[in-house]
Amino acid sequence: MRGTVLAGGVADGPALRLDEPLSLWGGVDPGSGEIIDARHPQRGTSVSGRVLVMASVRGSSSSSSILAEMVRAGCAPAAILLGEADLILSVGAAVADELYGIRVPIVQLPSAELATIPDGAAVMVGERGEVNVR
Amino acid sequence: MRLVVRAAEVLGAERLIPITQAHVDSCLYHGEATIDFVERLIEGGAQVGVPTTLNVGALDLLHPELWRGDPAVAERGRLLMGHYRSLGCQPTYTCAPYQLPSSRPSLGEQVAWAESNAIVFCNSVIGARTERYGDFADIACAIAGRVPDAGLHRTAARRAVLVLRLAPDIPAALMDDGSLYPVLGIVLGRRAGSRVAVIEGLPPGVAEERLKAIGASAASSGAVAMFHAVGSTPEAPTLAAALQGGEPEEVAEIGLTELRGARDELTTRAGGAPTGTPIGAVSLGTPHASLVELRAIERELGGARPARGVELLVSTARSLLAEAEEEGLARRLRGLGVELLVDTCTYIAPVLRSSPLPVMTDSGKWAFYAPGNIGVEVVFGSLRECVRSAVEGRVWRDASVWGSA
Repeated sequence: MRGTVLAGGVADGPALRLDEPLSLWGGVDPGSGEIIDARHPQRGTSVSGRVLVMASVRGSSSSSSILAEMVRAGCAPAAILLGEADLILSVGAAVADELYGIRVPIVQLPSAELATIPDGAAVMVGERGEVNVR
Repeated sequence: MRLVVRAAEVLGAERLIPITQAHVDSCLYHGEATIDFVERLIEGGAQVGVPTTLNVGALDLLHPELWRGDPAVAERGRLLMGHYRSLGCQPTYTCAPYQLPSSRPSLGEQVAWAESNAIVFCNSVIGARTERYGDFADIACAIAGRVPDAGLHRTAARRAVLVLRLAPDIPAALMDDGSLYPVLGIVLGRRAGSRVAVIEGLPPGVAEERLKAIGASAASSGAVAMFHAVGSTPEAPTLAAALQGGEPEEVAEIGLTELRGARDELTTRAGGAPTGTPIGAVSLGTPHASLVELRAIERELGGARPARGVELLVSTARSLLAEAEEEGLARRLRGLGVELLVDTCTYIAPVLRSSPLPVMTDSGKWAFYAPGNIGVEVVFGSLRECVRSAVEGRVWRDASVWGSA
């Protein structure tokens, strides 16, 4: 698969499919990477080091800051695969790269392709938006 | 400027267009990354290029004694708020800049706003134009004075593609009750995701406070940046106008059952919160209370005080508090035991007394985020129910509004 690069970088990690959209602000503890949204079905799961698979986005405009802070704290996702373009997360990743030299690639894929990635599968994300699932 | 260009690439814009003002959310402390970023801007000698208001920060700078958390965190929050002032931003510290007459844009004006509820209000209720900007992009646009010519800055993207029709089983009493609107917003966010929807079937001329409640909820449960309400929002005098003469992708009906389900989800307490459930506090003013809402709180109190041990907190903007002081309203509210908080919000700053009892709110957004942010159980109700419950110290329900189910 190959998608549109919203934030560049190379990463690999186990996929974490989100059953419902997640707002990073109010949804994830930026100190640990744990999902804290009381209504989210995956509450308690850590996004740290995972390749987040998120069909759609929601919520707060503070999520840029939360992503950058997670990068600084060392608990950010390895990469984020989205079903729709999202400026808020993309800018968070760009700023984290600028400040700390650590890249969290964000790639937009067609929803149908995104849906084929199984939870827990090993996913590799390439510089040009290549997404390989083993 | 590099960030603005990056944003233009993500949004697929071919050029940048000038803006008249910005609203910046980056001043809320979320850890050292937020300070590292702004200090980089300060080192570079940056200043905003357009009038820029600031969103809420980590603490109430005018009433710092209300802070119950780690003083070191308060200091970092205060430092960040000050750093954004030094970039030339105005110290408004409110999530509802649209309630400040001096910074309210006009219909069709191009602006760059962050803060999810303010974005929706700006696009939907005022008809000024902003994309869904987040932290860092907001201040980058404010410094550049430009935004990508894309998304909701362009007329075509403001067209409704989803029609949500209110079903005839929604009682007139509910249409007339404040609690409908945050609940309707939750349903709107779920149904629309990031699409522009038009709501059909509300009475014409819905009050601003109610449209604000719809938007704040919809931006919490979804990624809504704009909605139309036929007969109430400026780009939807008619359904056809909201659709810009086109055909919708989808038409759906919202009935009483779906609304009741969304209302019940806003209460996190196991088993719900029927009449008589003890509460520890009531939090109002998310988004920040307008003067109309502050007056409504006084009216509902009717001279009564919150029950012993029950806190009644109301968040608002410092400039609106100043107006409320001037008309004597703030003094009267405080005299009745109401705590008035500015510059921040009760689900951001640790201001609530620690209590195992749930907190009641009239805000869908607060109900959505407070459990995760500050670890409380939430009970949702209308402003009237919240105020009466504060006075009684237990949940009071107006059974005539939502029916028995």
